[in-house]
Order: sequence, then structure tokens, then C-alpha cells
Amino acid sequence: MDHIVIIGNGISGVTLARHIRKLSDKKITIISAESDYFFSRTALMYVYMGHMKFEHTQPYENWFWKKNRIDLVKGFVEKVETDSKKLLLKDSSYISYDKLIIATGSKPNKFGWPGQDLKGVQGLYSKQDLEMLEKNAPNNKVCNRAVIVGGGLIGIEMAEMLRSREIPVTFLVREKSFWNGVLPAGESAMINEHILEHHIDLQLDTNLEKIISDDNGRAKAVVTDKGETIECNVVGLTAGVAPNIDFLKDSGIELGRGIKVNRFLETNVKDVYAIGDCAEQHEGIGSRRPIEAVWYTGRMMGEALAQTICGQKREYNPGHWFNSAKFLDVEYQTYGWVFSERSKKDNEHHFHWRHATEKICITVAFDKDSYQFLGINTFGIRMRHEIFDQWLTENKDIDHVMTYLKGANFDPEFYKLYEDEIVAKYNADFNKNISPKKKSWKRIFSIA
Amino acid sequence: MGNFDRSMSLAGEPPKALNTGQKLAVLVGMTGMGILILQLFNLKLGNSALWLTISIVAIFTGIIWFSQAAYAHKQKGIKNDGVWFKSISSRGVLAWMAGIALTGFYIVLYFYPQYLGLVKDGDNTGLIALFDPLSKGLSGNPASQWFVYGTMYTVAILAFGAKFIWKYRHNKYEQLRTVSVMFFQTAFAFFIPEIMARLNGDLPYYDLKNMWPLNYYNFERYRINGFIDSGSVGMTMLFFGIISIFVISPFLTYKYGKRWYCSWVCGCGGLAETAGDSFRQLSDKSKFAWKVERWVVHSVVVFVTLMTTAVIYSYLGNDTSKYWLTKTMFISGVAVILTAIFAWVMIYKREELAKDARYGAIGYFTIIAVLIGMHFFSGSGNIFIFKAETLRTTYSFLIGSIFSGVIGTGFYPILGNRVWCRFGCPMAAMLGFQQRMFSKFRITTNGGQCISCGNCSTYCEMGIDVRAYAQKGENIVRSSCVGCGICSAVCPRGVLKLENGPEKGRINSKDVLLGNDVDLMDLVNSK
Repeated sequence: MDHIVIIGNGISGVTLARHIRKLSDKKITIISAESDYFFSRTALMYVYMGHMKFEHTQPYENWFWKKNRIDLVKGFVEKVETDSKKLLLKDSSYISYDKLIIATGSKPNKFGWPGQDLKGVQGLYSKQDLEMLEKNAPNNKVCNRAVIVGGGLIGIEMAEMLRSREIPVTFLVREKSFWNGVLPAGESAMINEHILEHHIDLQLDTNLEKIISDDNGRAKAVVTDKGETIECNVVGLTAGVAPNIDFLKDSGIELGRGIKVNRFLETNVKDVYAIGDCAEQHEGIGSRRPIEAVWYTGRMMGEALAQTICGQKREYNPGHWFNSAKFLDVEYQTYGWVFSERSKKDNEHHFHWRHATEKICITVAFDKDSYQFLGINTFGIRMRHEIFDQWLTENKDIDHVMTYLKGANFDPEFYKLYEDEIVAKYNADFNKNISPKKKSWKRIFSIA
Repeated sequence: MGNFDRSMSLAGEPPKALNTGQKLAVLVGMTGMGILILQLFNLKLGNSALWLTISIVAIFTGIIWFSQAAYAHKQKGIKNDGVWFKSISSRGVLAWMAGIALTGFYIVLYFYPQYLGLVKDGDNTGLIALFDPLSKGLSGNPASQWFVYGTMYTVAILAFGAKFIWKYRHNKYEQLRTVSVMFFQTAFAFFIPEIMARLNGDLPYYDLKNMWPLNYYNFERYRINGFIDSGSVGMTMLFFGIISIFVISPFLTYKYGKRWYCSWVCGCGGLAETAGDSFRQLSDKSKFAWKVERWVVHSVVVFVTLMTTAVIYSYLGNDTSKYWLTKTMFISGVAVILTAIFAWVMIYKREELAKDARYGAIGYFTIIAVLIGMHFFSGSGNIFIFKAETLRTTYSFLIGSIFSGVIGTGFYPILGNRVWCRFGCPMAAMLGFQQRMFSKFRITTNGGQCISCGNCSTYCEMGIDVRAYAQKGENIVRSSCVGCGICSAVCPRGVLKLENGPEKGRINSKDVLLGNDVDLMDLVNSK
């Protein structure tokens, strides 16, 4: 019987294990040094904020693993010996495998800033990071101010976390507007405003120069490239993540920034695979990046690789791009591709609508010649995934999207609807005459 | 968490600590409560009407001020910061104290009303006397312990309802639902029955929105006689009570799910959703708890069905001289209705029932066997050696008082706010059965957007592991779901939506979620 060993108990590794169990009787072992049981990494922030206890972030009850014969090993893999198909753990024990899947995720980026390894300086990725933050910033008496470096999704989450304990937060963002490498200008501007509404000291276009130590090796201040010195007790480094692959250096497995894999998620070494954040495609699939550090793609790789491991060889072939996040109180969803001004191609045009007073807006991307619908970003309005997926598959044009937009709304019942307003602006902007059609259950369900 | 030292400060720190406004608000509210508590010691305060007004105004002001201090200065959005740090909402010392105090209050209320100041023949004293002026103003009668309870209950729903609306000021669904329970409590449970009592003294006290089996006593002899003796008004009310069970409620449940009742109309639900909102995260989400829930709540259904049948049977005659319905007609009628429901479910809805079919069958055959036994071997409404009256008092004690009151509400801060609704309420179980078998209601899962964070499961007051469905891309169709909508509200990624749609494709489990390879989805999901 094949012994499948998975390093990492995050969403990628656990999805893979579950699917292998559905398809086969193979022996499955998951090794993790981080936690005893699978938990949802995306939910760590809610533990610090007191919305949930850590055990609430665990999607399966503890009996689940034994019942499904998935062995859990707590340990840190120091070395992978691919010749003898063995793993050396930190406690000097060995685990042999027939097939090895590396799903070790990411670690926070550090860009060589002076003082980046001082006490009180930390990222936010793992359970250990959360525990460290609880020590570094238990309240606003121990932590008088925190400085967060890096304006991405983790940065804004960390700011929200600290604000929940009324800790003053300075947020250093390299870009001229929050996350504008990804978001179009109008959306990015709206989030800037929302960050300020939450009393976060947002400093745009500002870089970290160095972190200054006190006498005990703790961070006591940061210096920015504007020459300002900001006193603080905690520095959050949230300038993105990188694959967590240091332990593979001499393993013979081909590495780039991540673990190099082909479309079958195979590495250059036979019977060794990589999935999730730590995997790097030789070339990005479609408009995707070679490394996709996203919850959903980790899950999808697990779903795909399980088929290969169980004898039905299959490429990782993701469908239409989608993603979501929450910026403080504003929910964000995206379907298809909407690029920022910085990275969009010439043919991509945008239609943007923003509510006069509320933090609600959408941006629809389309081809300027064919009017083909390319993607949508929505803030403060929920949309149906199935419907947009279908429209993208059928290459619908933006007029179609506008006409049937009401059917795609996924907001809770009785919410105020803005489709009429949105379509009116679309008509005005592009000199069209579209009248939106009413939501129809028939249309919604012929799709699903 | 919790392996490191936290600050030892008793006041706590944000988001655990109360701000100055909240502290003052607690003081005002507690002063109002203090006036009531003083009355327990039969302190003569003089003008009852004045002191009652002061007390209720202080309680209202305290709660509303507290909400204002908690939410007004914040952006609208989810307000769960520190829920698991605060003593009251995380089974801390305050929670246990509140639980014990509430439980004690219910025990006194149900079993020792004399300590509240109830005097059978003569003027009330103490707390109940304080409420006399209000009661006399409404119905003309002196107050009883139930009037005191009803008034406080209504005050709680109104004041904490206002707090809830403030908390969810970004969410129209939550607001409307709360306005609805506030209205039904104030009008239907509080004012209308009191006023009806003033207009027509013979009518039994009747909260029209309260239907059997929640008001298990509705078909007892004294009430039936009361209805009949009150002429057409009484007969209309009796008729309404019957069609509520067989027509109105199944129809509304088909259209909207059981939420139309449990979280929009019901008084128990109303209290749970308003005063109990701070405790919704305490419900047990384990599979074991779900198993216990199904056994206990369905046993209560069997119990209430048998008890009611036996009670009605016991006072019906063998001829039509007393009531047009005879013992034989009635018992055959009950058997026919139960058989029809059972047969229909087994034939048409077997799939929905799945593994639970066996339990349904056990329940059905138990009832039928007991009914036959009752008819042929006792003839008087006795079940084995138990008299119908014994059954009724037992039910009233165990379920009506202990379960729904003492445990159901008294244990809010320990077991969560819907313990009664989930484990004990036969009405919720029957509506839930309808919701599971034939209803357009479901909570739709939005494609592949779930990140398994667990907010939905944590804040489900009915202990449903919502995430378990959402992360499989499966819609949530569960008999216990009361449709409070909080899972959808707290979801950070817009994954859940309560809606009424076509019955076809209501449940749609997927192994591979939307967003992945379409061929893979076809391959895996078609199995």
C-alpha cells in the first residue's frame, strides 16, 4: 500500500488528504510543526479580535482524522532525502514515503531592513505569529503604537486586529494609494478613505528605512524614508509572503522562488509534488502568477493532485479567476480579471460606479473593441459566483452583464439594490440605452 | 490560546473593558432593576405607578444608552470584538452569576410566586403589587406573577431589540426581523390579550401568534369551554387555533421556511434574538450535540402529541350530546392524519429523510400503538397507568416550566440563547420537519468563495455547523435553522444568503468547488 506523506496541514495538504481518502485506501500521513490539527489560517485575525476562540478556526472535529485514517504527525521536517525516500525530522526520527507532497505554504517577506530581526518585529502568517502578537501587543498599555509595513491584505488585517484593542496604528504603504498594484484607482482611493475612517494613520508613498532598537534588543521606533522617526513597540512586517522552502535547499528538488512544478504539480524528482503557496509553476497559467499564494488556489491544487496520486493523471487547470477579501468593514469580491492602471493592457477598459455616500463601488473590465466582459470587482455588494463564472465562460459582453446584473446580486434580503443606478451610469458613460432585467430564478438556476 | 499571562487588571482593556458611557448606562439600568429587587423585600415605596414608571424608564434608558456608547462612535459593520474575552459572553464569572440569578428567578416565578408578592385572596404585595396599577389600567384586574413576567419580557425584547438594531445598523434583514418580533411581542403577546380580557371576561387568555404545540394547553377542556361559551368570537379564535396548525403555518413555512415564525414572530425566539443575542456563540456545534438534539426534541413532539390527544380524548363523550366530536371520531381522526403524513413522507420524501427515516417510523408507530392501547384498553384517556391529567401536569412541569423557562432562558449565559428552541420546542421541531421536507427556503452557498473561517458556525445560535456545508459548496437545508441570518451577516466573504427559491436543486453537495477545472468538477461531482 502506498504511503502518501504530506508536509503541511494547511488547506492545500488537507484538501489533498481528504480527496485521496475519498478515492483510495492509501496510507496517509500529514506532518506539521505548526498545529496539532488543521485550522483556517484566514481566521487567525478573528482569534486576536475575540470573535472566535482558536478551536473555532478548526473546520473538522478532532475525531475526524482518526475516523478517516489520516495520521497526523507533529514535527518539523529538517531534510528531505529523495534517494532513500525518507524525511528527517527535527527530533531525529525518520519517516519513509512512497509519494511526498510538499505543502508548506509561505512565510512573511523580509527585505533586509536594518533591525528586522529585533524583538517586537513580526509578520502575521502562522499560529506562532498570532501567539507572538498576543505577547507583543496584548493591549494599548504594553503596546502604545504599532507600525505596519506593507500595504496588502495582511497589512490591513493586522491594522484591523490592533485597532480592535484600541492600539494606535501607523500604516506605511509603499504605493501612492492602498494596494493600487492590484486595485484600479477609484477602488483604491475608496479604501484609503475607509482606512482613515478607522483612525489608522495611513502614510502612503512611504518606505521603511530602518527599525531602531532599545537597550534590550526590542524595537522602539522606525525611521521612514521621509525622515520621520515613529516611536512604537511593535512593527508588523506585511510586505507579502514568500514560499516556505528553506529546508529543501540541498534536497535536489528544483527551486526557484518556490518549488518548481509542472502542470501536473510534479517536481523534477519522481514521486515528489508541491501544491499551494509554496509551488511555483514554470510559467503562470493564463493571467495567473507562477506562485499563487491564495486560499482558493491551494484548495484547487489539492483537489486536482488527488486525482493524479490516485491514478487518474490530471493537470492543474484552474477555471476563471476569483478571489475575495474584507477591508475592515468593506467586503470585496472579484470574478475574472480586473487589472489596476499599473498592469492593465491597452484593450482593457473600465466602467466604474461608486455610491455617493456609502463605501460601495464596482468596477467592470471589458475589451474596448469587442465589449467582451473581462471581470468585475465589487466592494460592499455581494455577487453570485456561479453567474459570473458562467458569463465568463460564455464570453458575454458587458451589455449583457449590465442587463442581467440584478440576477447576480447576492446581498442579504431587503438590502437596498443599486443596479438601476449602476446601469444608468453605464448608459450615461458609454452612451447606451440598456434597461436592466428583473431577477429571474429560472435564469439563476438554469446556470447552477 | 491562553498559555501566556494577560494583564491582571480587573477593569480589563479594550475591547473587553466598558467605556465610561457604558459604565454609566449600566448604573442607570441597574438602578431600575434595583427598584424592582427592593420590592421583593416588600419595601413600601408609596406610589406604585410612579416607581414602576421610574424603574422601567431607567431600564430602557440604561440599555439604550449602553448601545449608544457601544456602537454609535464606530463604523457600521460586524461588532463582535472581544466577545470571547468578556466574562458575560464567554461563560466567565459574570455569565455564571447571571445564569444562576435568572434560573432562581424562574424557579420562584413558576413554583413560589408568593415570594414575588402574589396573594390569592386579597391585595398583592411586594413586586407584584408594584405592577397592579398597570395591570388594572389594561385589563382591569390586579397583576399576577405572569403579568409581571410578561411586562418584563416585553421590556427586554423592546430595549434589547433596539440594541440589536443599532448593532446591525448596516443590515436591513436583521433590522426588519427585529422590528417584527418587537411588534408581535408588544401587540400580540402583551396588549391584545389584556384588552380582550377587559372586553370579554369569559375568553381564555389567548396570544394569537402562539399556536399548538407551543401552547400545549390550547385544547384543554376549560379553554375549549371558554371558547364555546364566548360565542362567535370564541369559536373564531378556536377555529384560528386549528387552521394555524394545519393551514397557515405549513403554507408560510413552505414559502419562507420556519423563520417566518421562529425569528420573526415567536416570543421565545424574540427574547432569544434580542436579550439573548450576546450568547448565541455559546451553542454546542459538535456532531454529538446534534444527535442529542434530534432525539430530545422529537421525543418532546411525541410526548406533546400523546398528551394533547389523551387530554382531549378524556373529556370528549361517547355520544354527541356534549361536543359534536366523539371519542371514537377524534381518535380515528388523529390516527388518520398521522398515517397520512407518515405515508406521504415515506412515499414522496424518503430521500430527504435519509437515515432519519427509521427514527420517524419509530416515533410514528409509538404514537399509533399508544393511541390504540388507550382507546381499547382504558377508554378514558389513560395511557398505561397514567391518567391524561397526570400526563398534562407532567408535561407542563417538565417541558412547559423546567425546559422552556428554567433551562431555556435561565441558562442563556451558559448554553446559549436557543437551548429551548433547539432541544425542547415541539413547535420548532414540527416547523423544522416541514422546512426540511417541503420548503423553498435554503441558505445558498456562493460557489467557491468559502474560506472555512468559522464565523458562521461560531455565531449560529442553533449549533449548526454552517461551515461544514459552506466549505463543500453545499446549500444549508437544516430543520433546526431558524433563519436568523447572522451566519450571512458575519461571513467576511459574502458566501451565505438566506433565500426562497425553487425546491429543485435546493441541496447540491459538491466535492470539487466552483473555480476549479470544469472537467474535474464534472468528473468528481457527478459521482
